[in-house]
Amino acid sequence: MSQRDHHSARPLSPHLQIWRWGPHMLVSILHRVTGSALSLVGLPLLVWFLGSLASGPEAFATFTFWMGSPLGIFVLIGLSWALFNHMMSGLRHFVLDIGAGYDLDVNRFWSVASPLIAVALTVALWSYVLLA
Amino acid sequence: MGNGTSIGRVRGLGPSHEGAHHWLLQRTTAAGNLVVIIWLLASFLMLGDFSYANVSAWLAQPIAAVPMVLLSISLFWHARLGLQVVIEDYMVDAGTKFALITALNLVAIGGAAFAIFSVATLAFGVQG
Repeated sequence: MSQRDHHSARPLSPHLQIWRWGPHMLVSILHRVTGSALSLVGLPLLVWFLGSLASGPEAFATFTFWMGSPLGIFVLIGLSWALFNHMMSGLRHFVLDIGAGYDLDVNRFWSVASPLIAVALTVALWSYVLLA
Repeated sequence: MGNGTSIGRVRGLGPSHEGAHHWLLQRTTAAGNLVVIIWLLASFLMLGDFSYANVSAWLAQPIAAVPMVLLSISLFWHARLGLQVVIEDYMVDAGTKFALITALNLVAIGGAAFAIFSVATLAFGVQG
Protein backbone atom coordinates (compact mmCIF):
# COMPACT_ATOMS: atom_id res chain seq x y z
CA MET A 1 0.00 0.00 0.00
CA SER A 2 1.47 3.37 -1.03
CA GLN A 3 1.74 6.26 1.40
CA ARG A 4 -1.04 8.17 -0.36
CA ASP A 5 -3.44 5.17 -0.34
CA HIS A 6 -2.63 4.55 3.29
CA HIS A 7 -3.93 7.96 4.15
CA SER A 8 -7.25 7.53 2.30
CA ALA A 9 -7.82 4.07 3.79
CA ARG A 10 -7.83 5.38 7.35
CA PRO A 11 -11.13 4.65 9.19
CA LEU A 12 -13.50 7.61 9.07
CA SER A 13 -15.37 8.52 12.22
CA PRO A 14 -18.85 10.03 11.82
CA HIS A 15 -17.60 13.32 13.25
CA LEU A 16 -19.77 16.36 12.51
CA GLN A 17 -19.92 16.82 8.71
CA ILE A 18 -16.81 14.77 7.97
CA TRP A 19 -18.17 11.31 7.23
CA ARG A 20 -19.46 9.14 4.41
CA TRP A 21 -21.75 6.14 4.27
CA GLY A 22 -20.20 2.75 4.87
CA PRO A 23 -21.76 -0.71 5.18
CA HIS A 24 -21.21 -0.66 8.97
CA MET A 25 -23.42 2.41 9.28
CA LEU A 26 -26.09 0.89 7.05
CA VAL A 27 -26.21 -2.37 9.03
CA SER A 28 -26.38 -0.38 12.26
CA ILE A 29 -29.30 1.83 11.26
CA LEU A 30 -31.09 -1.11 9.58
CA HIS A 31 -30.87 -2.98 12.90
CA ARG A 32 -32.69 -0.13 14.62
CA VAL A 33 -35.24 0.40 11.82
CA THR A 34 -36.10 -3.31 11.50
CA GLY A 35 -36.26 -3.71 15.30
CA SER A 36 -38.70 -0.80 15.53
CA ALA A 37 -40.78 -2.20 12.65
CA LEU A 38 -40.93 -5.65 14.26
CA SER A 39 -42.01 -4.06 17.55
CA LEU A 40 -44.58 -1.66 16.10
CA VAL A 41 -46.03 -3.86 13.31
CA GLY A 42 -44.97 -7.45 14.06
CA LEU A 43 -46.04 -7.59 17.71
CA PRO A 44 -49.54 -6.13 17.07
CA LEU A 45 -49.99 -8.79 14.35
CA LEU A 46 -48.87 -11.51 16.81
CA VAL A 47 -51.41 -10.22 19.34
CA TRP A 48 -54.10 -10.11 16.62
CA PHE A 49 -53.23 -13.70 15.60
CA LEU A 50 -53.44 -15.05 19.18
CA GLY A 51 -56.44 -12.91 20.16
CA SER A 52 -58.46 -13.94 17.09
CA LEU A 53 -57.65 -17.61 17.75
CA ALA A 54 -58.91 -17.23 21.31
CA SER A 55 -62.04 -15.39 20.11
CA GLY A 56 -63.26 -18.15 17.81
CA PRO A 57 -63.54 -19.17 14.11
CA GLU A 58 -65.18 -15.92 12.90
CA ALA A 59 -62.49 -13.63 14.33
CA PHE A 60 -59.76 -15.97 13.04
CA ALA A 61 -61.38 -15.96 9.56
CA THR A 62 -61.14 -12.14 9.56
CA PHE A 63 -57.45 -12.39 10.50
CA THR A 64 -56.60 -14.99 7.81
CA PHE A 65 -58.64 -13.01 5.22
CA TRP A 66 -56.49 -9.91 5.79
CA MET A 67 -53.24 -11.86 6.00
CA GLY A 68 -54.06 -13.67 2.75
CA SER A 69 -54.92 -10.44 0.91
CA PRO A 70 -52.29 -8.77 -1.32
CA LEU A 71 -51.77 -6.08 1.37
CA GLY A 72 -51.37 -8.75 4.07
CA ILE A 73 -48.87 -10.76 2.05
CA PHE A 74 -46.94 -7.55 1.28
CA VAL A 75 -46.77 -6.74 5.01
CA LEU A 76 -45.80 -10.33 5.90
CA ILE A 77 -43.01 -10.38 3.30
CA GLY A 78 -41.74 -7.04 4.66
CA LEU A 79 -41.94 -8.32 8.25
CA SER A 80 -40.09 -11.55 7.41
CA TRP A 81 -37.33 -9.50 5.76
CA ALA A 82 -37.18 -7.23 8.83
CA LEU A 83 -37.02 -10.32 11.06
CA PHE A 84 -34.20 -11.97 9.11
CA ASN A 85 -32.28 -8.69 8.81
CA HIS A 86 -32.61 -8.01 12.55
CA MET A 87 -31.66 -11.62 13.30
CA MET A 88 -28.52 -11.51 11.13
CA SER A 89 -27.32 -8.11 12.39
CA GLY A 90 -28.20 -9.31 15.90
CA LEU A 91 -25.99 -12.38 15.44
CA ARG A 92 -23.29 -9.99 14.21
CA HIS A 93 -23.72 -8.03 17.45
CA PHE A 94 -23.22 -11.24 19.46
CA VAL A 95 -19.88 -11.77 17.69
CA LEU A 96 -18.86 -8.12 18.28
CA ASP A 97 -19.94 -8.43 21.95
CA ILE A 98 -17.34 -11.14 22.60
CA GLY A 99 -14.70 -8.80 21.16
CA ALA A 100 -14.31 -10.50 17.77
CA GLY A 101 -14.76 -9.16 14.25
CA TYR A 102 -13.29 -5.68 14.67
CA ASP A 103 -10.59 -6.00 11.98
CA LEU A 104 -11.52 -3.52 9.23
CA ASP A 105 -11.87 -6.10 6.46
CA VAL A 106 -13.67 -8.68 8.64
CA ASN A 107 -16.02 -6.03 10.01
CA ARG A 108 -16.78 -4.73 6.51
CA PHE A 109 -17.33 -8.26 5.19
CA TRP A 110 -19.99 -9.16 7.78
CA SER A 111 -21.59 -5.71 7.49
CA VAL A 112 -22.20 -6.48 3.82
CA ALA A 113 -22.96 -10.18 4.35
CA SER A 114 -25.57 -9.79 7.13
CA PRO A 115 -28.21 -7.91 5.07
CA LEU A 116 -27.46 -10.05 1.98
CA ILE A 117 -28.01 -13.28 3.96
CA ALA A 118 -31.26 -11.76 5.27
CA VAL A 119 -32.50 -11.08 1.72
CA ALA A 120 -31.51 -14.63 0.68
CA LEU A 121 -33.42 -16.12 3.64
CA THR A 122 -36.48 -13.98 2.83
CA VAL A 123 -36.44 -15.12 -0.81
CA ALA A 124 -35.94 -18.76 0.27
CA LEU A 125 -38.82 -18.62 2.78
CA TRP A 126 -41.34 -17.09 0.36
CA SER A 127 -40.22 -19.28 -2.54
CA TYR A 128 -40.98 -22.27 -0.32
CA VAL A 129 -44.30 -20.85 0.94
CA LEU A 130 -45.65 -19.63 -2.40
CA LEU A 131 -44.40 -22.55 -4.51
CA ALA A 132 -45.17 -25.37 -2.04
CA MET B 1 -23.59 7.30 45.23
CA GLY B 2 -21.27 6.70 48.14
CA ASN B 3 -17.88 8.18 49.01
CA GLY B 4 -16.13 4.93 49.97
CA THR B 5 -14.64 2.75 47.24
CA SER B 6 -13.67 4.17 43.83
CA ILE B 7 -16.48 2.18 42.11
CA GLY B 8 -18.97 3.43 44.71
CA ARG B 9 -18.12 7.06 43.90
CA VAL B 10 -18.99 6.70 40.19
CA ARG B 11 -21.74 4.05 40.13
CA GLY B 12 -25.00 5.40 38.71
CA LEU B 13 -23.52 8.74 37.59
CA GLY B 14 -24.10 8.26 33.84
CA PRO B 15 -26.93 10.16 32.11
CA SER B 16 -29.29 7.16 32.44
CA HIS B 17 -28.01 6.25 35.96
CA GLU B 18 -27.67 2.57 35.00
CA GLY B 19 -26.89 0.51 31.91
CA ALA B 20 -25.17 -2.85 32.33
CA HIS B 21 -28.37 -4.53 33.50
CA HIS B 22 -30.31 -3.21 30.50
CA TRP B 23 -27.52 -4.27 28.13
CA LEU B 24 -27.35 -7.79 29.55
CA LEU B 25 -31.15 -8.26 29.47
CA GLN B 26 -31.17 -7.10 25.84
CA ARG B 27 -28.69 -9.91 25.00
CA THR B 28 -30.44 -12.51 27.17
CA THR B 29 -33.82 -11.84 25.55
CA ALA B 30 -32.12 -11.73 22.10
CA ALA B 31 -30.84 -15.27 22.65
CA GLY B 32 -34.33 -16.30 23.78
CA ASN B 33 -35.89 -14.65 20.71
CA LEU B 34 -33.56 -16.57 18.41
CA VAL B 35 -34.78 -19.89 19.84
CA VAL B 36 -38.52 -19.11 19.94
CA ILE B 37 -38.61 -17.42 16.51
CA ILE B 38 -36.94 -20.44 14.87
CA TRP B 39 -39.53 -22.60 16.67
CA LEU B 40 -42.39 -20.35 15.42
CA LEU B 41 -41.18 -20.31 11.79
CA ALA B 42 -40.64 -24.10 11.79
CA SER B 43 -44.09 -24.63 13.35
CA PHE B 44 -45.81 -22.40 10.77
CA LEU B 45 -44.03 -24.17 7.90
CA MET B 46 -45.00 -27.61 9.29
CA LEU B 47 -48.62 -26.59 10.00
CA GLY B 48 -49.43 -26.19 6.32
CA ASP B 49 -53.20 -25.91 6.87
CA PHE B 50 -54.12 -22.57 8.48
CA SER B 51 -57.77 -23.43 9.17
CA TYR B 52 -59.16 -22.44 12.59
CA ALA B 53 -59.60 -26.09 13.63
CA ASN B 54 -56.03 -27.00 12.75
CA VAL B 55 -54.29 -23.94 14.22
CA SER B 56 -56.33 -23.86 17.45
CA ALA B 57 -55.83 -27.62 18.01
CA TRP B 58 -52.08 -27.13 17.49
CA LEU B 59 -51.80 -24.18 19.90
CA ALA B 60 -53.96 -25.87 22.57
CA GLN B 61 -51.28 -28.53 23.11
CA PRO B 62 -48.76 -27.88 25.92
CA ILE B 63 -45.87 -28.50 23.48
CA ALA B 64 -47.02 -25.43 21.47
CA ALA B 65 -48.75 -23.33 24.16
CA VAL B 66 -45.71 -23.16 26.48
CA PRO B 67 -43.22 -21.96 23.82
CA MET B 68 -45.84 -19.45 22.58
CA VAL B 69 -46.14 -18.03 26.12
CA LEU B 70 -42.34 -17.87 26.41
CA LEU B 71 -42.19 -16.24 22.94
CA SER B 72 -44.68 -13.57 24.03
CA ILE B 73 -42.60 -12.76 27.13
CA SER B 74 -39.22 -12.75 25.33
CA LEU B 75 -40.35 -10.75 22.27
CA PHE B 76 -42.28 -8.08 24.22
CA TRP B 77 -39.45 -7.73 26.77
CA HIS B 78 -36.82 -7.36 24.03
CA ALA B 79 -39.01 -4.88 22.11
CA ARG B 80 -39.56 -2.86 25.28
CA LEU B 81 -35.80 -2.64 25.91
CA GLY B 82 -35.06 -1.75 22.27
CA LEU B 83 -37.77 0.92 21.90
CA GLN B 84 -36.66 2.41 25.24
CA VAL B 85 -33.22 3.06 23.73
CA VAL B 86 -34.79 4.56 20.58
CA ILE B 87 -36.91 6.91 22.74
CA GLU B 88 -33.90 7.83 24.92
CA ASP B 89 -31.82 8.61 21.80
CA TYR B 90 -34.31 10.82 19.96
CA MET B 91 -36.44 12.44 22.68
CA VAL B 92 -34.49 15.33 24.16
CA ASP B 93 -37.19 16.69 26.46
CA ALA B 94 -37.15 14.87 29.80
CA GLY B 95 -40.92 15.04 30.25
CA THR B 96 -41.68 13.63 26.79
CA LYS B 97 -39.09 10.92 27.37
CA PHE B 98 -40.65 9.94 30.69
CA ALA B 99 -44.19 9.92 29.25
CA LEU B 100 -43.21 7.82 26.23
CA ILE B 101 -41.29 5.26 28.29
CA THR B 102 -44.19 5.00 30.73
CA ALA B 103 -46.58 4.44 27.79
CA LEU B 104 -44.15 1.90 26.32
CA ASN B 105 -44.11 -0.04 29.60
CA LEU B 106 -47.91 -0.11 29.75
CA VAL B 107 -48.30 -1.22 26.10
CA ALA B 108 -45.55 -3.86 26.34
CA ILE B 109 -46.89 -5.42 29.54
CA GLY B 110 -50.49 -5.13 28.29
CA GLY B 111 -49.64 -6.72 24.92
CA ALA B 112 -47.75 -9.59 26.52
CA ALA B 113 -50.54 -10.17 29.05
CA PHE B 114 -53.16 -10.24 26.26
CA ALA B 115 -51.06 -12.67 24.19
CA ILE B 116 -50.45 -15.00 27.16
CA PHE B 117 -54.12 -14.91 28.21
CA SER B 118 -55.19 -15.75 24.63
CA VAL B 119 -52.90 -18.79 24.58
CA ALA B 120 -54.19 -19.86 28.02
CA THR B 121 -57.79 -19.50 26.78
CA LEU B 122 -57.07 -21.95 23.95
CA ALA B 123 -54.97 -24.31 26.06
CA PHE B 124 -57.59 -24.56 28.82
CA GLY B 125 -60.40 -24.97 26.27
CA VAL B 126 -62.67 -22.07 27.19
CA GLN B 127 -62.68 -20.18 23.86
CA GLY B 128 -65.96 -18.77 22.54
